[in-house]
Amino acid sequence: MTDKNTVLDRYFLDCRCMLLELAATLDRHDRAPAGSAADPRLQILHELIQIVARPSAQPDRAKRMLELMSDPVQ
Amino acid sequence: MYYIQPHYHGISRTTEDYERMAQAGVVAVAEPAFWAGFDRMYPQTFIDYFRQISEFEPTRAAQYGIRHFCWVAVNPKEAENVSLSRQVIAAMPEFFEKPTVLGVGEIGFNKNTANEAIIFREQVELAIKHRQLILIHTPHLRDKLKGTKLTLDILREMRADPARVWIDHVEEHTIKPVLDGGYWAGMTLYPMTKMSPKRAADILEVYGKERLLVNSSADWGPSSPFTLQECALEYRRRGHSEQELIEIFHNNPARFLGQCAKFDVKPFRLMEPQMNTDKHGWR
Repeated sequence: MTDKNTVLDRYFLDCRCMLLELAATLDRHDRAPAGSAADPRLQILHELIQIVARPSAQPDRAKRMLELMSDPVQ
Repeated sequence: MYYIQPHYHGISRTTEDYERMAQAGVVAVAEPAFWAGFDRMYPQTFIDYFRQISEFEPTRAAQYGIRHFCWVAVNPKEAENVSLSRQVIAAMPEFFEKPTVLGVGEIGFNKNTANEAIIFREQVELAIKHRQLILIHTPHLRDKLKGTKLTLDILREMRADPARVWIDHVEEHTIKPVLDGGYWAGMTLYPMTKMSPKRAADILEVYGKERLLVNSSADWGPSSPFTLQECALEYRRRGHSEQELIEIFHNNPARFLGQCAKFDVKPFRLMEPQMNTDKHGWR
Protein backbone atom coordinates (compact mmCIF):
# COMPACT_ATOMS: atom_id res chain seq x y z
CA MET A 1 0.00 0.00 0.00
CA THR A 2 1.29 3.47 -0.85
CA ASP A 3 2.47 5.67 2.07
CA LYS A 4 0.79 8.93 3.12
CA ASN A 5 3.29 11.20 1.36
CA THR A 6 2.89 9.32 -1.89
CA VAL A 7 -0.90 9.58 -1.62
CA LEU A 8 -0.57 13.37 -1.44
CA ASP A 9 2.04 13.42 -4.20
CA ARG A 10 -0.32 11.57 -6.48
CA TYR A 11 -3.72 13.03 -5.62
CA PHE A 12 -3.15 16.57 -4.26
CA LEU A 13 -3.63 18.26 -7.63
CA ASP A 14 -6.75 16.16 -8.34
CA CYS A 15 -8.20 17.16 -4.96
CA ARG A 16 -7.31 20.82 -5.50
CA CYS A 17 -9.08 20.75 -8.84
CA MET A 18 -12.20 19.01 -7.44
CA LEU A 19 -12.47 21.41 -4.49
CA LEU A 20 -12.10 24.43 -6.79
CA GLU A 21 -14.86 23.05 -9.03
CA LEU A 22 -17.06 22.67 -5.97
CA ALA A 23 -16.30 26.20 -4.76
CA ALA A 24 -16.93 27.66 -8.21
CA THR A 25 -20.24 25.80 -8.47
CA LEU A 26 -21.39 27.20 -5.12
CA ASP A 27 -20.29 30.69 -6.24
CA ARG A 28 -22.30 30.21 -9.45
CA HIS A 29 -25.29 29.18 -7.36
CA ASP A 30 -24.90 32.29 -5.18
CA ARG A 31 -24.83 34.54 -8.23
CA ALA A 32 -27.84 32.92 -9.90
CA PRO A 33 -31.32 34.48 -9.58
CA ALA A 34 -33.67 32.76 -7.14
CA GLY A 35 -35.59 29.71 -8.41
CA SER A 36 -39.24 28.89 -7.81
CA ALA A 37 -38.69 26.83 -4.64
CA ALA A 38 -36.11 26.04 -2.00
CA ASP A 39 -34.00 23.04 -3.01
CA PRO A 40 -32.87 20.58 -0.32
CA ARG A 41 -29.87 19.53 -2.40
CA LEU A 42 -27.96 22.66 -1.33
CA GLN A 43 -28.26 21.65 2.32
CA ILE A 44 -27.09 18.13 1.42
CA LEU A 45 -24.03 19.59 -0.30
CA HIS A 46 -23.19 21.59 2.82
CA GLU A 47 -23.53 18.47 4.98
CA LEU A 48 -21.32 16.51 2.59
CA ILE A 49 -18.69 19.24 2.76
CA GLN A 50 -18.73 18.93 6.55
CA ILE A 51 -17.96 15.22 6.27
CA VAL A 52 -15.00 15.99 4.03
CA ALA A 53 -13.73 18.82 6.23
CA ARG A 54 -13.92 17.25 9.68
CA PRO A 55 -11.27 14.87 11.02
CA SER A 56 -12.52 11.30 10.97
CA ALA A 57 -11.75 8.53 13.44
CA GLN A 58 -12.15 5.94 10.68
CA PRO A 59 -11.28 6.21 6.97
CA ASP A 60 -14.95 5.97 6.02
CA ARG A 61 -15.84 9.42 4.63
CA ALA A 62 -16.99 8.07 1.25
CA LYS A 63 -19.26 5.51 2.94
CA ARG A 64 -20.80 8.14 5.25
CA MET A 65 -21.38 10.53 2.36
CA LEU A 66 -23.16 7.82 0.36
CA GLU A 67 -25.30 6.93 3.39
CA LEU A 68 -26.25 10.59 3.81
CA MET A 69 -27.46 10.63 0.20
CA SER A 70 -29.44 7.38 0.54
CA ASP A 71 -33.13 6.82 1.16
CA PRO A 72 -33.76 5.63 4.72
CA VAL A 73 -33.57 1.88 5.29
CA GLN A 74 -35.61 0.20 8.01
CA MET B 1 -2.26 -7.95 -19.62
CA TYR B 2 -5.49 -9.82 -20.40
CA TYR B 3 -8.92 -8.67 -19.32
CA ILE B 4 -12.41 -10.10 -19.19
CA GLN B 5 -15.04 -7.37 -19.40
CA PRO B 6 -17.85 -9.00 -17.42
CA HIS B 7 -20.55 -6.34 -17.90
CA TYR B 8 -20.65 -4.80 -21.34
CA HIS B 9 -23.66 -3.57 -23.36
CA GLY B 10 -22.38 -4.05 -26.88
CA ILE B 11 -25.77 -3.28 -28.40
CA SER B 12 -25.33 0.37 -27.42
CA ARG B 13 -21.72 0.63 -28.60
CA THR B 14 -19.94 0.96 -31.92
CA THR B 15 -17.76 -1.71 -33.52
CA GLU B 16 -14.78 0.54 -32.85
CA ASP B 17 -15.20 -0.36 -29.17
CA TYR B 18 -14.45 -4.00 -29.94
CA GLU B 19 -11.39 -3.08 -31.98
CA ARG B 20 -10.01 -0.83 -29.25
CA MET B 21 -10.86 -3.30 -26.49
CA ALA B 22 -9.00 -6.03 -28.38
CA GLN B 23 -6.00 -3.71 -28.70
CA ALA B 24 -6.23 -3.09 -24.94
CA GLY B 25 -6.15 -6.79 -24.03
CA VAL B 26 -9.83 -7.70 -23.64
CA VAL B 27 -10.33 -11.36 -24.53
CA ALA B 28 -14.00 -11.83 -23.58
CA VAL B 29 -17.08 -9.77 -22.75
CA ALA B 30 -20.40 -10.71 -21.16
CA GLU B 31 -23.48 -8.70 -22.08
CA PRO B 32 -26.37 -8.55 -19.61
CA ALA B 33 -29.84 -7.81 -20.95
CA PHE B 34 -30.82 -4.27 -20.06
CA TRP B 35 -32.94 -1.25 -20.79
CA ALA B 36 -33.08 -0.05 -24.42
CA GLY B 37 -33.18 3.64 -23.52
CA PHE B 38 -36.98 3.57 -23.74
CA ASP B 39 -39.68 1.24 -22.40
CA ARG B 40 -40.54 -1.53 -24.87
CA MET B 41 -44.20 -2.36 -25.52
CA TYR B 42 -44.14 -5.92 -26.86
CA PRO B 43 -42.64 -9.20 -25.66
CA GLN B 44 -41.47 -9.87 -29.20
CA THR B 45 -39.21 -6.82 -29.00
CA PHE B 46 -37.42 -8.41 -26.04
CA ILE B 47 -37.16 -11.71 -27.84
CA ASP B 48 -35.53 -10.09 -30.87
CA TYR B 49 -33.20 -8.29 -28.49
CA PHE B 50 -32.23 -11.61 -26.89
CA ARG B 51 -31.58 -12.96 -30.40
CA GLN B 52 -29.41 -9.98 -31.17
CA ILE B 53 -27.20 -10.39 -28.08
CA SER B 54 -27.03 -14.20 -28.25
CA GLU B 55 -26.64 -14.64 -32.03
CA PHE B 56 -25.50 -11.46 -33.76
CA GLU B 57 -23.35 -9.68 -31.19
CA PRO B 58 -20.91 -12.64 -30.85
CA THR B 59 -20.17 -12.35 -34.58
CA ARG B 60 -19.35 -8.64 -34.23
CA ALA B 61 -16.99 -9.30 -31.31
CA ALA B 62 -15.40 -12.28 -33.08
CA GLN B 63 -14.09 -10.03 -35.85
CA TYR B 64 -11.60 -8.78 -33.28
CA GLY B 65 -10.93 -12.08 -31.54
CA ILE B 66 -13.13 -11.27 -28.55
CA ARG B 67 -15.42 -13.95 -27.13
CA HIS B 68 -18.94 -12.63 -26.52
CA PHE B 69 -21.34 -14.13 -23.97
CA CYS B 70 -24.67 -12.78 -22.72
CA TRP B 71 -27.47 -12.99 -20.18
CA VAL B 72 -31.23 -12.76 -20.68
CA ALA B 73 -33.72 -11.00 -18.40
CA VAL B 74 -36.33 -8.36 -17.94
CA ASN B 75 -34.29 -5.48 -16.57
CA PRO B 76 -35.45 -3.65 -13.41
CA LYS B 77 -36.62 -0.50 -15.21
CA GLU B 78 -39.09 -2.42 -17.37
CA ALA B 79 -40.06 -4.88 -14.62
CA GLU B 80 -42.60 -2.30 -13.49
CA ASN B 81 -44.84 -3.66 -16.24
CA VAL B 82 -45.75 -7.02 -14.69
CA SER B 83 -47.88 -8.49 -17.48
CA LEU B 84 -45.32 -7.68 -20.17
CA SER B 85 -42.53 -9.01 -17.96
CA ARG B 86 -44.32 -12.31 -17.45
CA GLN B 87 -44.69 -12.82 -21.20
CA VAL B 88 -40.97 -12.23 -21.63
CA ILE B 89 -40.06 -14.52 -18.72
CA ALA B 90 -42.10 -17.30 -20.35
CA ALA B 91 -39.89 -17.04 -23.45
CA MET B 92 -36.55 -17.00 -21.62
CA PRO B 93 -35.95 -20.74 -21.09
CA GLU B 94 -35.44 -21.36 -24.83
CA PHE B 95 -32.49 -18.96 -24.68
CA PHE B 96 -30.87 -20.91 -21.84
CA GLU B 97 -30.10 -23.52 -24.50
CA LYS B 98 -28.07 -21.08 -26.62
CA PRO B 99 -24.30 -21.68 -26.57
CA THR B 100 -23.37 -18.23 -25.26
CA VAL B 101 -26.15 -17.53 -22.74
CA LEU B 102 -24.78 -17.66 -19.19
CA GLY B 103 -27.83 -17.05 -17.03
CA VAL B 104 -30.50 -14.62 -15.85
CA GLY B 105 -29.46 -10.98 -15.60
CA GLU B 106 -29.50 -8.19 -15.01
CA ILE B 107 -32.49 -8.33 -12.70
CA GLY B 108 -33.33 -6.56 -9.45
CA PHE B 109 -34.55 -3.16 -8.36
CA ASN B 110 -34.60 0.28 -9.94
CA LYS B 111 -37.00 2.34 -7.80
CA ASN B 112 -37.60 -0.33 -5.15
CA THR B 113 -41.27 -0.79 -6.05
CA ALA B 114 -43.64 -3.67 -5.28
CA ASN B 115 -43.90 -4.58 -8.98
CA GLU B 116 -40.13 -4.73 -9.32
CA ALA B 117 -40.07 -7.09 -6.33
CA ILE B 118 -42.66 -9.39 -7.93
CA ILE B 119 -40.68 -9.71 -11.17
CA PHE B 120 -37.38 -10.03 -9.35
CA ARG B 121 -38.70 -12.98 -7.35
CA GLU B 122 -40.11 -14.66 -10.46
CA GLN B 123 -36.80 -14.35 -12.30
CA VAL B 124 -34.79 -15.66 -9.35
CA GLU B 125 -37.17 -18.59 -9.17
CA LEU B 126 -36.73 -19.23 -12.91
CA ALA B 127 -32.94 -19.13 -12.59
CA ILE B 128 -32.93 -21.55 -9.67
CA LYS B 129 -35.28 -23.93 -11.47
CA HIS B 130 -33.08 -23.97 -14.59
CA ARG B 131 -29.73 -23.96 -12.73
CA GLN B 132 -28.75 -20.61 -14.22
CA LEU B 133 -26.26 -18.07 -12.86
CA ILE B 134 -27.85 -14.85 -11.56
CA LEU B 135 -26.67 -11.28 -12.18
CA ILE B 136 -28.31 -8.56 -10.11
CA HIS B 137 -28.42 -4.82 -10.79
CA THR B 138 -28.63 -2.59 -7.73
CA PRO B 139 -30.17 0.87 -8.08
CA HIS B 140 -28.05 3.94 -8.56
CA LEU B 141 -27.87 6.98 -6.29
CA ARG B 142 -30.29 7.39 -3.35
CA ASP B 143 -32.16 4.11 -3.99
CA LYS B 144 -29.07 1.89 -3.83
CA LEU B 145 -28.81 1.25 -0.09
CA LYS B 146 -32.47 0.31 0.32
CA GLY B 147 -32.50 -1.65 -2.95
CA THR B 148 -29.48 -3.68 -1.90
CA LYS B 149 -31.12 -4.56 1.40
CA LEU B 150 -34.34 -5.62 -0.36
CA THR B 151 -32.29 -7.72 -2.79
CA LEU B 152 -30.39 -9.49 -0.01
CA ASP B 153 -33.59 -10.14 1.97
CA ILE B 154 -35.28 -11.77 -1.03
CA LEU B 155 -32.26 -13.87 -2.02
CA ARG B 156 -31.94 -15.16 1.52
CA GLU B 157 -35.63 -15.97 1.71
CA MET B 158 -35.50 -17.79 -1.65
CA ARG B 159 -32.35 -19.70 -0.67
CA ALA B 160 -30.42 -18.75 -3.78
CA ASP B 161 -26.89 -20.18 -3.72
CA PRO B 162 -24.71 -17.09 -2.99
CA ALA B 163 -21.76 -18.55 -4.90
CA ARG B 164 -23.82 -18.41 -8.11
CA VAL B 165 -25.10 -14.86 -7.60
CA TRP B 166 -23.27 -11.67 -8.62
CA ILE B 167 -24.62 -8.44 -7.14
CA ASP B 168 -23.44 -5.53 -9.24
CA HIS B 169 -22.81 -1.80 -8.87
CA VAL B 170 -21.73 -2.01 -5.22
CA GLU B 171 -20.16 1.05 -3.60
CA GLU B 172 -18.56 1.79 -0.23
CA HIS B 173 -21.89 1.68 1.64
CA THR B 174 -23.21 -1.56 0.10
CA ILE B 175 -20.24 -3.85 -0.48
CA LYS B 176 -19.90 -5.29 3.03
CA PRO B 177 -23.33 -6.94 3.37
CA VAL B 178 -22.95 -8.38 -0.14
CA LEU B 179 -19.60 -10.00 0.61
CA ASP B 180 -20.67 -11.03 4.12
CA GLY B 181 -23.61 -12.89 2.54
CA GLY B 182 -21.20 -14.95 0.43
CA TYR B 183 -22.22 -13.34 -2.88
CA TRP B 184 -19.93 -12.05 -5.62
CA ALA B 185 -19.78 -8.25 -5.68
CA GLY B 186 -19.27 -6.18 -8.82
CA MET B 187 -18.06 -2.61 -9.15
CA THR B 188 -19.06 -0.67 -12.25
CA LEU B 189 -16.73 2.16 -13.16
CA TYR B 190 -17.76 5.43 -14.77
CA PRO B 191 -15.63 8.21 -16.24
CA MET B 192 -17.57 10.60 -13.98
CA THR B 193 -20.41 10.22 -11.45
CA LYS B 194 -20.94 6.97 -9.53
CA MET B 195 -17.92 4.67 -8.93
CA SER B 196 -14.51 5.83 -10.16
CA PRO B 197 -11.45 3.70 -11.00
CA LYS B 198 -9.53 5.17 -8.04
CA ARG B 199 -12.31 4.40 -5.54
CA ALA B 200 -12.52 0.87 -6.93
CA ALA B 201 -8.79 0.46 -6.31
CA ASP B 202 -9.37 1.68 -2.73
CA ILE B 203 -12.09 -0.94 -2.24
CA LEU B 204 -9.85 -3.68 -3.63
CA GLU B 205 -7.18 -2.70 -1.09
CA VAL B 206 -9.65 -2.58 1.81
CA TYR B 207 -11.70 -5.72 1.04
CA GLY B 208 -9.22 -7.85 -0.90
CA LYS B 209 -9.70 -9.64 -4.21
CA GLU B 210 -11.91 -12.55 -3.25
CA ARG B 211 -15.35 -12.59 -4.94
CA LEU B 212 -14.85 -9.10 -6.35
CA LEU B 213 -15.49 -8.27 -9.99
CA VAL B 214 -14.63 -5.03 -11.77
CA ASN B 215 -16.43 -3.91 -14.88
CA SER B 216 -16.60 -0.79 -17.00
CA SER B 217 -19.69 1.18 -17.67
CA ALA B 218 -20.41 0.67 -21.35
CA ASP B 219 -23.96 1.61 -22.21
CA TRP B 220 -26.09 4.34 -23.79
CA GLY B 221 -25.02 7.06 -21.40
CA PRO B 222 -21.71 8.79 -20.74
CA SER B 223 -19.50 5.77 -20.15
CA SER B 224 -16.28 4.13 -21.26
CA PRO B 225 -15.19 0.49 -21.55
CA PHE B 226 -11.65 1.62 -20.75
CA THR B 227 -12.30 2.58 -17.14
CA LEU B 228 -11.36 -1.09 -16.56
CA GLN B 229 -7.83 -0.44 -17.79
CA GLU B 230 -7.73 2.85 -15.82
CA CYS B 231 -8.49 0.90 -12.66
CA ALA B 232 -5.86 -1.73 -13.47
CA LEU B 233 -3.25 0.99 -14.01
CA GLU B 234 -4.22 2.72 -10.77
CA TYR B 235 -3.93 -0.57 -8.87
CA ARG B 236 -0.57 -1.31 -10.53
CA ARG B 237 0.77 2.15 -9.63
CA ARG B 238 0.07 1.37 -6.00
CA GLY B 239 2.60 -1.44 -6.16
CA HIS B 240 0.43 -4.50 -6.77
CA SER B 241 1.83 -7.26 -8.94
CA GLU B 242 0.92 -8.28 -12.46
CA GLN B 243 -0.46 -11.58 -11.16
CA GLU B 244 -2.73 -9.71 -8.73
CA LEU B 245 -4.07 -7.71 -11.65
CA ILE B 246 -4.70 -10.89 -13.60
CA GLU B 247 -6.52 -12.36 -10.60
CA ILE B 248 -8.85 -9.35 -10.42
CA PHE B 249 -9.39 -8.43 -14.05
CA HIS B 250 -9.22 -11.83 -15.72
CA ASN B 251 -9.32 -14.74 -13.31
CA ASN B 252 -12.12 -13.60 -11.00
CA PRO B 253 -14.63 -13.17 -13.84
CA ALA B 254 -13.38 -16.45 -15.31
CA ARG B 255 -14.08 -18.13 -11.96
CA PHE B 256 -17.54 -16.72 -11.50
CA LEU B 257 -18.73 -17.01 -15.09
CA GLY B 258 -16.95 -20.36 -15.48
CA GLN B 259 -19.53 -21.90 -13.15
CA CYS B 260 -21.53 -22.04 -16.37
CA ALA B 261 -19.72 -24.62 -18.50
CA LYS B 262 -20.33 -22.56 -21.65
CA PHE B 263 -17.89 -19.93 -20.38
CA ASP B 264 -14.62 -21.67 -21.20
CA VAL B 265 -12.08 -18.87 -20.71
CA LYS B 266 -9.94 -20.26 -17.90
CA PRO B 267 -7.99 -18.60 -15.06
CA PHE B 268 -4.23 -18.65 -15.57
CA ARG B 269 -0.97 -17.86 -13.80
CA LEU B 270 1.96 -16.01 -15.28
CA MET B 271 5.05 -18.11 -15.91
CA GLU B 272 7.71 -16.97 -13.46
CA PRO B 273 11.37 -17.25 -14.44
CA GLN B 274 13.05 -19.66 -12.04
CA MET B 275 16.50 -18.63 -10.86
CA ASN B 276 19.28 -21.21 -10.91
CA THR B 277 22.92 -21.18 -9.99
CA ASP B 278 24.28 -21.72 -13.47
CA LYS B 279 26.44 -19.03 -14.98
CA HIS B 280 23.55 -17.57 -16.98
CA GLY B 281 21.37 -17.25 -13.90
CA TRP B 282 18.56 -19.26 -15.48
CA ARG B 283 17.50 -22.87 -15.23
